[in-house]
Amino acid sequence: MISEKKNIILNVRDLSIGYSNKKSTNKIARKINLSLSKGELIGLVGANGIGKSTLLRTLSGMQTALGGSVFLYDKPIESYSSFQLARQLSIVLTEPPATKNLSVQEMISLGRQPYTNWIGKLSAEDKKAIEFALQTTETTKISEKKCFELSDGQMQRVAIARALAQDTPVMLLDEPTTHLDIYHRAYVLKLLKNLTQTTQKTILFSTHEIDLAIQLTDKMIVMTEDQTYFGTPCELITKGRFDTLFPSETIQFDSETGRFTIKK
Amino acid sequence: MQTTTTFRLHFIVLFAVLVVAFLLNLSIGSVSIPINEIIAVFTGSGSSNDNWQYILVDYRLPKAITAMIAGGGLAISGLLMQTLFRNPLAGPFVLGLSSGASLGVAFVILGAGAFGGAIGGFLLSQWGVVIAAGLGSFLVLLAVLAVTFRVKDTMAILIIGLMFGSLTTSVVSVLSYFSNAERLQQYIFWSFGSLGNQTWQGVSILSICFLLGLLLSISSSKSLNSLLLGENYAKSMGLQIKKTTFIIILATSILAGGITAFVGPIAFVGLAVPHLVRQFFKTSNHLVLMPAVLLFGSMLMLVCDTIARLPFNAFALPINAITSLIGAPIVIWLLVRKRKLFF
Repeated sequence: MISEKKNIILNVRDLSIGYSNKKSTNKIARKINLSLSKGELIGLVGANGIGKSTLLRTLSGMQTALGGSVFLYDKPIESYSSFQLARQLSIVLTEPPATKNLSVQEMISLGRQPYTNWIGKLSAEDKKAIEFALQTTETTKISEKKCFELSDGQMQRVAIARALAQDTPVMLLDEPTTHLDIYHRAYVLKLLKNLTQTTQKTILFSTHEIDLAIQLTDKMIVMTEDQTYFGTPCELITKGRFDTLFPSETIQFDSETGRFTIKK
Repeated sequence: MQTTTTFRLHFIVLFAVLVVAFLLNLSIGSVSIPINEIIAVFTGSGSSNDNWQYILVDYRLPKAITAMIAGGGLAISGLLMQTLFRNPLAGPFVLGLSSGASLGVAFVILGAGAFGGAIGGFLLSQWGVVIAAGLGSFLVLLAVLAVTFRVKDTMAILIIGLMFGSLTTSVVSVLSYFSNAERLQQYIFWSFGSLGNQTWQGVSILSICFLLGLLLSISSSKSLNSLLLGENYAKSMGLQIKKTTFIIILATSILAGGITAFVGPIAFVGLAVPHLVRQFFKTSNHLVLMPAVLLFGSMLMLVCDTIARLPFNAFALPINAITSLIGAPIVIWLLVRKRKLFF
């Protein structure tokens, strides 16, 4: 029990997320409790607009929480400077990079920014990390290509490689499988799974591939209108948490197969 | 990252062209001076003709240096703005700096009639105009910086800059409407831009502005590279967006504001040079782009100034017209030929 507690990297207590301005607050979700440990792959699922991206943005420190707390290594996430945080936590967003006139190599090298000197010179260690990122994501062959020449699947691998080069214990990915065909979806998820096992990173990703996530992840976060559930896929299935994900008159979760079926 | 060594040949060629353009620019004018004489003056052996020596050292050399600073500085501030706003249409004047300078100059030239006497005389002198233009762009800069601290969104800063520009332009229109023909002509001549008539004192002040702006730009090159991925990614890699935005805008203002104060609003160079350079140096890495843009901008400005003097040796065409006249067709030709705008 003690060893497990030691391994907890990201601890979330009674978190409320949403947007606020001077006049009003718009709470999207409340009472979120999670604890993510070293080497875990965690899937975040929920309907469109339920607040998956907002949760990821809050966990990454890009957005302030409306209530509750996020602890990264027992320290509140607000206490990290943006520079310190960049060495602990990397992100892959749904938005494409602002420019695609960078070669794959250059794009991935940018991930080393938290480590390079004021002008961005790459050290031997930086080059090693970039090489590792290229090999792990199998992008070595396309490393000289420009990003605008890549397919969606290749681009996603490059985006993951850039986050990988940042060499952080925690990686957050917002819908890394969108726009990809079934092969690339499985490829990306398997890549993430392998990474958690070989590098002991904690990887949290949001996805709509609920059936794939159930098969691959160690833990899952299920966001519904009323509550956010956290647990292993098996626990969540037995407790019937997936049944409340979507309106049941259209689709229904089949706990035998771990899939959703359309109601006819 | 592709380093500068990958582009060594590009840089050697560019530098050689710059040197040729520099010597050519010095040799052409109302008096033609042979190139070997120019080299003789620079190597210290002195020219055989005292008049040539005087023309070179006190007229053409400051002009050529001003041209290089103006071209290089405007091109760099264009590059900074294009990356900061991640918009290929941005240039050094998107934040309304040139409009601010125009407003200052318009107040001085068009309003000088109200003062008369010694004050009026000083206001209309070259230094009066330089100070007015500098103050004008500085005030716009302060307004823009005040906005940067309040507004989160960089795109909002862009729009607000455009609004400032439009505001000051309309004030200038009102001033022009009420001023007499002679003053109006003087103002319009200023707005054509002029590289000549610079004293060494002026050139040294301009050089200080330029070096300061250049230093700030170079120190931001790592931040600029991370901005290429977009603000959110840049933040996740440890970039402090507000501080970086502030430094980049400050660098642009010092560069573009200082240059506009001395040579007037020169259009086109700042917008086009970064695009031209990206066509030849196929990268977005600022460590490569920045020196390339600097050399290319200086070179282009020298060439434009040389061409402005070619047809009528006695006097020069307005430089502001020449930069666009030469540059616009080149950019159009390049884009049509390559069919791709790299950004």
